Order: sequence, then C-alpha cells, then structure tokens
Amino acid sequence: MDNVAAAPPVLRMAGISKNFGATKALDDVSFVLGRGEVHALIGENGAGKSTMMKVLSGAVAPDAGRMEIDGRPYAPTGPGDGLRCGVSMIYQELTLAPHLTVEENIMLGREVHAAGWLDRPAMRRKVREVLALVRHPEISPDVPVGRLSVGARQVVEIARALLNKSRILVMDEPTSSLTQEDSQRLFEIIRGLRDQGVSVIYISHFLEEIQRVADSYTVLRDGRSVGSGPMAGTALEDIIQLMVGQKFTALFPRVEHAVGGPVLTAEALKGTRMAAPVSLTLAKGEILGIAGLIGSGRTEMLRALFGLDEVEGGAAVLSGAELAGRRPWDRIRRGLGLLSEDRQGEGLALALSVADNMTLSDFRPYRRRGLISPARQRQAVGDWIGRLKIKAKGPGQKVGDLSGGNQQKVALARLLHQNASVLLLDEPTRGIDVVSKSQIYEWIGGLARDGKSILFVSSYLPELLGICDRIAVFHRGALVESRPTSAWEAGALMAAATVGRAQREYPSEQRSAE
Amino acid sequence: MSRRRRASLGHALNFLGPFIGLLLVIALFSLIPEVQGRFLRFANFKSVATQSVIVALGALGMTLIIISGGIDLSAASNIALASVITAYAVNAGAAPLVALLLGVLTGGLVGLVNGGLVTRLKLIPFIVTLGMMGIARGAAKWIAGNQKIDAPMTWVNELMAKSPRPSWLLMAPGIWIVVLFGVLMAVVLRYTVFGRHVFAIGSNEATARLCGIRTNRAKILIYTIAGLFCGLSGVMEFSRLTVGDPTVAVGLELDIIAAVVIGGGSLSGGEGSILGSMIGVLIMSFLRNGCTMMGWPNYVQEIIIGVIIVVAVTLDRLRHRRES
Repeated sequence: MDNVAAAPPVLRMAGISKNFGATKALDDVSFVLGRGEVHALIGENGAGKSTMMKVLSGAVAPDAGRMEIDGRPYAPTGPGDGLRCGVSMIYQELTLAPHLTVEENIMLGREVHAAGWLDRPAMRRKVREVLALVRHPEISPDVPVGRLSVGARQVVEIARALLNKSRILVMDEPTSSLTQEDSQRLFEIIRGLRDQGVSVIYISHFLEEIQRVADSYTVLRDGRSVGSGPMAGTALEDIIQLMVGQKFTALFPRVEHAVGGPVLTAEALKGTRMAAPVSLTLAKGEILGIAGLIGSGRTEMLRALFGLDEVEGGAAVLSGAELAGRRPWDRIRRGLGLLSEDRQGEGLALALSVADNMTLSDFRPYRRRGLISPARQRQAVGDWIGRLKIKAKGPGQKVGDLSGGNQQKVALARLLHQNASVLLLDEPTRGIDVVSKSQIYEWIGGLARDGKSILFVSSYLPELLGICDRIAVFHRGALVESRPTSAWEAGALMAAATVGRAQREYPSEQRSAE
Repeated sequence: MSRRRRASLGHALNFLGPFIGLLLVIALFSLIPEVQGRFLRFANFKSVATQSVIVALGALGMTLIIISGGIDLSAASNIALASVITAYAVNAGAAPLVALLLGVLTGGLVGLVNGGLVTRLKLIPFIVTLGMMGIARGAAKWIAGNQKIDAPMTWVNELMAKSPRPSWLLMAPGIWIVVLFGVLMAVVLRYTVFGRHVFAIGSNEATARLCGIRTNRAKILIYTIAGLFCGLSGVMEFSRLTVGDPTVAVGLELDIIAAVVIGGGSLSGGEGSILGSMIGVLIMSFLRNGCTMMGWPNYVQEIIIGVIIVVAVTLDRLRHRRES
C-alpha cells in the first residue's frame, strides 16, 4: 500500500456541503481517493452517500466546497462532464434501457460515429472487449436487455461503466441483486481494475463484503464524515459503531415466541412461473426462512401463494380454507400479506402519500357511507409512523421522498395495518441500513410472538440464521431441504443453494433454455 | 447462437406482423366479387397511395415522437395551419417554392415550440400538444379570416395529381416524396447516433440522461422534425384541395397515431418503426377504399378501423408475451 500512499490523490473533495430545503444532506464533507485504491463509503441510508456521489458525478451541484481530479479543479455541470473526466457510476437501481440491446446499452451516449453515422463494427469490437473484461463473453450483444436476468443486467451495467476508461468508478450497492458467484466474480474484476490503476468508490451495506474488497473506508453519518482509515486492522464492530453513533446492541435481536400448529400448507403447489411443484408447511408463530440464489424460484412461489400468478396444480390451504381460485384481494381478507421484493416498482405507489400507501389494502376503518375520512386516516397513520419510528414529515409526505429504509418500513407497515396473520416477506431488508434492518428483525420477532406466521425470503444468510426458526432452501425452482435453524450453518446453507451448479450460467436463463 | 436466431426471428415478426395484416386486407377485398374488378387495379392502388400521403407524412414524424415516449396531438392542427400559410403565400404572389418552404417551416416552428415547452416547462407532451392543438387550429382560422383561402393554380397543386407530369413518374410526386423521406427516416433511426438516442429516451429516459445524452436537445429536435413533416403534409393538403382550408384534417392526428400503433409503435416508448407505420397507414387507407367500393356507409368504416386498432395492439402484446 506504500506506493499508493506516495502517489498524488486521484480525487480530492474538500468542504462539500449541500442542503435540500431545510435538510443538510452534506455538511462540510472531505474525501480523498488514491490511485488504484478501493475505498468503501459506508453509512446508513440517508447518511449522505448518494448525494455525495451525485455531487461527484455532476448530477447535483454542491452549495459549498471544491473538488480536484489529478490535482486539477473539477466542477462538473452535468453527468456528461463527469463521464468525460473519467468518473463512472454504477447505480443501485438498474439503469438500462430495456428495449435496447446489450450493445446499444453499453455504447449509449458514447457511440462510435463519423458525423453522426454509427460505426457498427468498431462498436461491436469494443463491446466484445469489455464483455471479455468482465468475464462474460457469452452474453450476446444483440439481445435486448429486457430479456436478460437481473444478474446479467448488472454485468452489462458494469461493462458499460468500464467502457469509459474510467479512472474513478463508483459502485453503489453493486451486489444487491447478484448471486454469490457473480459477487465473487465482481470482486475479481474490482481487484483487476485496481491493479490497472483504476480507483473504486465502493458503497455497500454488506460489511463483510467491504472488509474483503476495500483498502480503506470512510463512514458518513447525518451528512458528516465521522471516520476514515485503512481497512486492514479495523474491526467491523468499530465501523458499525461509527455508523450508528451510539452503542450498538444485538444485530439480530431474538424475541422469544412459541410455535404452534400448521396455518399455511402448500401441497405440490405449482404456479405458472414455477419450475417445479413445491410443498411446505408454515406453523402458527413460526418464522420460516427461505434461502436460495436469486432466480431459484422463491419469489415465484410467493407469487403463486398470494394468487398473483395462476396456479396450474397442487393446493394451498390457509387456516383450513382452500385458496385455489381466490384472487389476491380475497386472500388479503383471509389474512395473507405479501411484501414485494421490488419495493419501488411493485411494493409502493411512490407518488402517493405515506398514509395512502400504508392503508391501501384496507380503507375500511376510515370509511363512512362510502366516503373516506382523511382526518381519521391521517390520525391512524400518524400513530403508526410514531410507533414504527418511520422518518417522515408526516402522513401526507410522498413515499418516493423517503429513504430506502423508511420506504420499506411503510411497505411493511401496510401488512401490519391490514392485520395479516401470515406474512410473505420477499427480501424485506434488501438495500436498507443496519439500524432499519435491526428494527425490522425486531418487528418480525414481535409478530411471531403475537402468533403471526412469517415466510421470510432472503439472500442474506446471516439474517436467516439470526432470526428464523426453520430454514428451507430453494435450488433451481425446487425446495431441496428444510431443517430447524440450529441444524444449519452458513456453509451448509450455501452448499445446498448452489449444489450442482458447475456451469457459469444464470439460473433464470437456464430455466428458459430447458 | 440459437438465442440470437430467435431474437432475429422475433425481430422479423415485428415488422412482418403489420405486413401480413396489410396483405390480409388486400386479399379480403380481392376475393369479394362485387369489388374485385375495381379494387385490384393499378389505378386504384395509385389512388389509395395518393390518399395516404397526408397521413403518411404526419406518421413519419409521429413515429419518431412515439418511439421517444411522447405524443403529438397537435399534428392535424399543424397540418391545417401549414396548408393555410401555403395558400396565403401563393395568394399573396409568392413564388410557389417560397410558399412551399413557408408552409414546411411553419410546421417546423410549431414543432419547435412543442419541443421547447415539453423540455423547458417539463410538462408531459400530451398536455403541451393538447394546448398546441387548439392554438394552431385557432391561428389557422385567424390567418384565413375564418374562411377558405383561394389561391391561383401553380405546380404545387400537381404534387398530389393522380396523373403526374412528367408521366414517367407513374404516381403523384407526393408519393415519391413520402418514399424518399420514409427511407431517409428509417436510415436515420437505424444508423445514426440520433436515432439510437430516440429509442434510448423512449425506453428509459433517466438512463439516457445518466449516460450523458442531451435528452432535451434530442427531444426538441424530435418535435421539430415531426413539425416539419406536418408542415410538408400541410403543403400536400393544400395541393390536394387547391385552397387553404383552416377546418381541414380535424381529428386526423388520431389516424396518424393509429397508423403508428398498428405498425408496432408502443405508446410507452422504445418501440416502433418507419416501415411499420407506413404499413399502418396503408392498412387504414385500403380499408377505407374497400369499404367505399362496397358501398358501406362511413360508420361501418369507423367501426372496422376501431376494431383493427384494438386487434393489432392485442396481437402485438400477445407476441411480446410469448417472446419473453
């Protein structure tokens, strides 16, 4: 690392401040990035990481402070400027144009052309090069991106950023939709880039991941930089301490609860999008974890259970009542609740208020002779906001304006509000900060104590091992194994999820090819 | 490799779909004994093509707009305005070429204002062009003094003549103009950076902006080009009518949009093709032509075309679902 320290910094941000209305998003933040350094930017949601990266990319102009790249002043006026100065971003939410092909997406905004006329052979060469660089030469440049699996799209996104001959590459939660294997490959790519002198700013909530891939770290809290240093020799507990700013208690709070008799039973249930029939039983007061790789069929099973997909065969029984042929509204009335993995696309109506989102599935308490009373709705929602510690200006605030963690709390609050007795939770903690995660674990425990049953789908093994009573594993659309949590350990879970995956392909693509 | 072949097959189906529809319509009327004789004649095809010119020119620009995720409700008003301006200029003694250019530029100006409002005020195109629909129509009536403008015959009126001079042209010059610009726009969409950006903006505008594409500039250009085509279409309207009529082409914007949609354009953006839209125009023209020959009343045509729009888009959706 000595040679890195000796080189002049690639990027220096000094005294950056940015206010949005009354909120201080960034308050006198300074940041130094060395050449060939992988620098982790850590903080809870809403700590200011995204704003800081938007300032760097040129998407947002700072109110105060200055930036230098390679010692020269850098004051971008738009994302185009950032790109030209060698700053590339890979965003958390996938930002590809679904109708365009892989090649068209990778070359978007940087088409090779003569007087406006596309030079297709030259672009094809570049695309092949960069796909080889990310070790996915098998992805065809001619396929519309909309038909690729989520993992493959992320690879395309990374390829697009690498095309830019970037000197500074910003990765915002790059692994949140990747399989374990693809994450591994990403880390290899990052190390390769570092060896070529590219500097990487790496944003992630997976601290173990940061520890493996980063050389140094900076922690942001409430818009301020609260700590920074080399990764080696720093304990994760210390970083968590910096993030939360207070004594950090248990990451996985255990809530004692009793498990009763079966509530939800699936008997060889087969939805249209499921690869194989699935049988499982969920008991009263039980937290049943569902592990598996992305694309292994977990979401598809939840959709079939909730009636979002047609059921081709088998049966699902909820508290003695057959669910076949019942629409989602009917299942909600019978006590079923689903939290979608796609918070922004499906889970929430971003343009609507916190109040409307929270009560969308059940307006009955606020209805008088067919009219909704906004005052009663606001009052009830205000109570929920306080009880669940949701950071929002009030029931009337648009959900789209909240941070990811608080959006997720609103989505979850809807299930609590509709008083669901069986909760199907699909990646409830994806992309949200440690403190919000911890609160959500606590709620889930509390729900189980109150006799509710929870089906908890997650790709994050520690949380499954931390809070579930039992864990079932999906592999290629089938439920391969189910054991009490005490009989599992992380290695065995991972092995069960990845068994028999020798080829380097994506599960969802394999399925469609079969 | 097989995936690529499947993709290109889907691609082929994409523009084969409307093409099959067109052949079906032609085959249908060719098989009906009452009209067979009159329908299947070069002269009839020529007249259908001539009748298609005005909508086709509007559809060239509309295709661009719809691919970019926008819409232009002011197209027909713009056509009327341009035809009035052309007539006004000819009547005032301007050289025919000058009058023609004035008409085209008027259309371009309206498009430029549309694009400017969409990008500067950040309003959705539906609202901006709904407003412009009234403004352009009103302006046309105002300039024309709320009546038709008569104009002396010039060569501009021959652009839509069914028997062209010189006779080796075979078809009205307006048809050739459509073919010329159709090929040009298809090439622009497929082989230029601008064309690719049009698709990118329609597919995911946020992404386009992140990739450093100047989306506002591209949109202004898109609406201006579409406006120029409306202007040209207005000139053709004047050529056909030989007068400038501010009340012409009312509701024609919906025909233009329908043609683009029948031809595979998606109102949510990212999809569409010039060839598809042109086939969409022809499908509607042949239907009208055939129905008229059958002696079916106007309302039958309207119902049939309404059904065709819904069926075409349904088939399109089904095909997409099967592909994915």
